[in-house]
Amino acid sequence: MITLTHYLTLTGILFSLGIVGVLRRKNLLMLFFSTEILLNAVNIGFAAVSKYYGDLSGQIFSFFIIAIAASEVAVGLGLLVLWYKRSGTIDLDSLQMMKG
Amino acid sequence: MEKYLYVALFAPVVGSLFSLLFTAKKKNVITALVTSALLLLSFVSSLTLMFAVHDGLTLHVKLMDWISAGNLNIPFGFMVDNVSVIMMVTVTLVSSVVNIYSMGYMMHDKGYNRFFTYISAFVFAMLVLVMSDNFVGLFIGWEGVGLCSYLLIGFWYEKDTASWAGNEAFIMNRVADLGMLMGLFLIYWQFGTFDYETIFAHAGSMNVSVVATIGLLLFIGAMGKSAQFPFHTWLADAMEGPTPVSALIHAATMVTAGVYLVIRASDLFSLIPEVGHIIATLGAFVAVFAASMALVHRDLKKIIAYSTLSQLGYMFVAAGLGAYWIALFHLMTHAFFKSLLFLGAGNIMHAMDDELDIKKMGGLFKVMPYTAILMAVASFALCGVYPFAGFFSKDKILEAAFNGSNFYIWFALFIGAGMTAFYSFRLIMLVFFGDKVYKKLGFHPHETYPFVLWSLLPLGILSTIAGFFEKPFEAFVTRVLSKYEFSLSHSTEVELIFLTSAFVILVIVATIYKYYKGGFSKQIETMPLYILLKNQYYIPKLYEVAIFKPYYVLSRFAWKQIDVRIIDFSVDLIAKVFYKSGQESRKMQSGNLSDMLRWMIVGTVVLLALAIFYRPMM
Amino acid sequence: MFEIIAFYTFSILVIGMFGIVVFSENVLYAMSALAGGMILISGFYFLLGADFLGVVQIIVYTGAVMALYAFGMMFFDSARDIKENIKFKKIIYTLSILSAIFVIFILMAPIYSTRVEALYPTIHGVGNVQMIGLILFTKYLIPFEVAAIMLLAAMIAGIVLVKVKIEETPSNIEVARGEK
Repeated sequence: MITLTHYLTLTGILFSLGIVGVLRRKNLLMLFFSTEILLNAVNIGFAAVSKYYGDLSGQIFSFFIIAIAASEVAVGLGLLVLWYKRSGTIDLDSLQMMKG
Repeated sequence: MEKYLYVALFAPVVGSLFSLLFTAKKKNVITALVTSALLLLSFVSSLTLMFAVHDGLTLHVKLMDWISAGNLNIPFGFMVDNVSVIMMVTVTLVSSVVNIYSMGYMMHDKGYNRFFTYISAFVFAMLVLVMSDNFVGLFIGWEGVGLCSYLLIGFWYEKDTASWAGNEAFIMNRVADLGMLMGLFLIYWQFGTFDYETIFAHAGSMNVSVVATIGLLLFIGAMGKSAQFPFHTWLADAMEGPTPVSALIHAATMVTAGVYLVIRASDLFSLIPEVGHIIATLGAFVAVFAASMALVHRDLKKIIAYSTLSQLGYMFVAAGLGAYWIALFHLMTHAFFKSLLFLGAGNIMHAMDDELDIKKMGGLFKVMPYTAILMAVASFALCGVYPFAGFFSKDKILEAAFNGSNFYIWFALFIGAGMTAFYSFRLIMLVFFGDKVYKKLGFHPHETYPFVLWSLLPLGILSTIAGFFEKPFEAFVTRVLSKYEFSLSHSTEVELIFLTSAFVILVIVATIYKYYKGGFSKQIETMPLYILLKNQYYIPKLYEVAIFKPYYVLSRFAWKQIDVRIIDFSVDLIAKVFYKSGQESRKMQSGNLSDMLRWMIVGTVVLLALAIFYRPMM
Repeated sequence: MFEIIAFYTFSILVIGMFGIVVFSENVLYAMSALAGGMILISGFYFLLGADFLGVVQIIVYTGAVMALYAFGMMFFDSARDIKENIKFKKIIYTLSILSAIFVIFILMAPIYSTRVEALYPTIHGVGNVQMIGLILFTKYLIPFEVAAIMLLAAMIAGIVLVKVKIEETPSNIEVARGEK
């Protein structure tokens, strides 16, 4: 029998994978991929909780998260294209103008 | 009548604040005129109050609550009774004269406006001291006059000696004030209040030893302010200040505050005759001790300063023996003739370009006859020659000493009177008569401005005639102070007066004759006694070796070891920790997105851990 | 039984796909793996009975978002591998695992609590899409509209940003690259 715990564990694994990606990658495009992973991991969690409690709020939240992810991609990619036009690279280390 | 009290008290402070506005400006005669006018106003008000008090009035006003904390309640209360009104009149009279005199004396001084600010502030503080109806108010005035004294001694602060003398006076007074403060604490502890009336009413029912301790502690404060042994060194050094200041503060008013304290607390001191005896003995000692130092000194102002010390000793004898009204009487007459003497000395200094060595003067009578006459009057009053003021007050003190069968005190005072006669007329002879040494040294003395001389006239008159008010004065103040009963027979009294007067006059005549003949030979300066006196019994040296040097070493140790090694180090350590941590954590902000993300995740993890493991209210 | 098999299959596949995304050197592989992972995730939604979400997942993510990435990639000459110098590997993995454990712990916390009550309980016999529609257009109407506006704004922003002409003067690039 698959319980909520299973789903949440899966969520955790996917989430940590996303974090690894965010921390590890230096390619900005890869960074965006990793954030998608993070969002999806959370979405699964919401859907699972929704199912096991018989409450639709979780699914609604997932729905909004997907909307947010879509707009994030739109704006983020726009910025990324802009940056690429300016500097000719999408390496994260090139974004270092604000030095402390 | 209350408005007179307010005018008397606040007119000086108004003057002070007014001239304060001009302190940074150039010399402005308006400051002097305004302060003089306000001081005279204060004097007139005090005089009015005196007549009112004479008619049986006792004013007691409460201006406002000052400190209210728990059971402690100290109002700004002021009291005008027979004792304080005498002080008020004396203080305001002398300060008015001094203020007018200073218009001439300070005429070419840079700090002209500043000087008048300080003088008026001093008068205000002194009035607070004498008029307060509780010990805390008295203490505030006490410290206020101490502050003004410090400011005025160090008036020419660019001179090292002046600033040193100012510091010495201030620090010595602080040491003695500690005693006074402890006395006040003890009073509050025992009586639960600072109000004079309540304290004096309950003092009789207290444990005698407690009252004696309070009396002793208060007397320590009085010793500091009145420069009694062993706190006497500051007074002679205080002569670094401008001469009018010496006349007002260090002769007539502030230094007598100690005597005033004993008189004010007479209800307390009369319960403890043993302490009174100590006070009287110390007073007698100082009377002779200070007079002996005045014998050989060559500094014009320091001679008068030691004379002041000696006279303060006389006052303490009277106060210690319970003859409070005599002490107050001598305080008043002394204020007149001593300030006159100082102001006369100021004239001489002015004429001699601030030269103070009396051996360099001589024959000044021809040049400044009026000053000479005024100073002679003051000296006669100081020595106690009939009919000058000193005769009445000083002889009364001697009588009181004899009356209490304290013959050794009497004898000391008797010797002191002889010494007084000697040094006073030594000064007169050396300055005004004899060879004109100043001519060789190239001085061109001249008499001072007429208005300055006129301003001294009231003091001259009072020094001459004040003694005749003895009986009314006694009747006036003994309404508040306890009476002093003389048990001597009339013939003994007359004999005593005759004996003292004869002795004093003999000494005066002998002195005049000796100096007329050319004075003492040079050989006398090699005598051990002369050298001892000249060096002020080596007491300043002793203080330097026994107190200053060890204290300096201690301070240096505290600075080098404790302050630098421990306190500075710990402060620096805190700064260093922050500086270093800042230096290190600055690297966090590399501007690299990866690093930022990493820190973000660290923060997230920490917060998550807190959310899980930290349960404050469970 | 079928559910268990499906769950594990999907799980392994999703983790594998996302692992490729995270660790692959090649952007093209990573993107393809991400697209695959997205579709597989919709499988979980169907398993959980959230049919609507599953459909949205496929349409929005796989259809729209991934297409957008594909287009974006065309700008960035990404056939070439970008060298990534990766430091602090240990810290990265420690942090990731720690956060994963904490998140799971927190997500599981309500399971042991009895206070959780369904606000919008599913009604038996009514389809999932219908239910979502009901709730979305009643209780969540305002957030829904706000989300719509947000998407519109994002769309306009995307268009504007990409359309902006940048003069590629050397000084500009210098500024952009900082002080290097």
